[in-house]
Amino acid sequence: MSDSAVAKGAKGTLHRFFGRGRWEAVAMTLIGGGIFMLVQPFSIDLYSYSFVTILAGTVGFVIVSHFPE
Amino acid sequence: MDKMTTILQPDHATIAGVSEPAKSRAARRVHGLSDRTIAWLFVAPTIALLLAINIFPLVWMIRLSFTSLNLSMSYLPLRFVGLDNFSDILNDEDIWFRLQTTAQFVICSVALQVVVGFGLALLINRQFRGHSFWTTIILLPMMLSPAVVGNFWTLLLQPQIGPFNYLISLFTGVPPSSFSMTGQVALAPWTIVLVDTWMWAPYVMLICLAGLRSIPDYIYEAAEVDRASAWRQFWSITLPMTVPFLMLAVLFRAIENFKMFDMVNLLTSGGPGSTTELVSITLKRAAFEKWRTGYSSALAIILFVTVFGAANIYVKALNKVKQR
Repeated sequence: MSDSAVAKGAKGTLHRFFGRGRWEAVAMTLIGGGIFMLVQPFSIDLYSYSFVTILAGTVGFVIVSHFPE
Repeated sequence: MDKMTTILQPDHATIAGVSEPAKSRAARRVHGLSDRTIAWLFVAPTIALLLAINIFPLVWMIRLSFTSLNLSMSYLPLRFVGLDNFSDILNDEDIWFRLQTTAQFVICSVALQVVVGFGLALLINRQFRGHSFWTTIILLPMMLSPAVVGNFWTLLLQPQIGPFNYLISLFTGVPPSSFSMTGQVALAPWTIVLVDTWMWAPYVMLICLAGLRSIPDYIYEAAEVDRASAWRQFWSITLPMTVPFLMLAVLFRAIENFKMFDMVNLLTSGGPGSTTELVSITLKRAAFEKWRTGYSSALAIILFVTVFGAANIYVKALNKVKQR
């Protein structure tokens, strides 16, 4: 395989890895999970970690929304 | 126009006889500003206003959330406390309970609004006599200010003179002044859900109506040809094709209800006790009754990040509906 083909393949893998859809789904799951942790009535420990989870999800969403489609 | 040219270009009164490059040089010298600069000049006041009334208070609030500022003791020096305010809030059971109350309010009111709003949309979607008139009547509550709604529902629900209790007594036989919709622990949460549903179900109806009208007629015609019953058409065509719009309504109303303050503050002020104390009312009490500015700033940031996160999901859902 030529060097350019290898480089193209690597670029394609990178593109797939940094594809927006998957990471947006991860960020949205974090946000949703964080909101659930914030308002659930079961455990105060979950409540204590809720803000960090939501913040991670929100910052993550802002970052991954700049990834290629 | 000639006069204006003379005023703007007094030394080029005879410019008609001058070559094109000289003309453009003259124009540039007279105006002196590029298109980009002019665009910036027009946008600058708006940006300055946004910075002054949106961004600056936000940055200031973030700064205050790391301090122990208490406005009732503002003579004390401002002390940096790091993440203590956030840690206090995230280990405070009272705030946790208030967030649960908020979640219960959001779930109950949004669920009711979706059911009522979707039902109304299905009704309004059928063309009938007086259809436009009834649409306007149904939309009226949505157009009122929450402060007005809070005030007049307080009067309607008043146990002695309010017509609501008389209406209930007409159907149940319970004496009208024997119960108070806003003053009883068992009834007050349902009262705020009821009033919020009354006000915002029309909004959900509007969104659902947009969804219903976007379904092409030929799908129903094909279903008719296949002899699908009305019930089957509803479950296989109407509902699945309206779901994205319903999701949009749910997300939007959930975000709005999470921030709900004015109407609930006027109706119950969080009472009786703290039965209907939503987290926004707790925030107002911490900031303007206990004057714990640093603490309330931290709570406001937690709520802001939560709403911002949810709004991201909302925008994503909105784009999906747009692409449909």
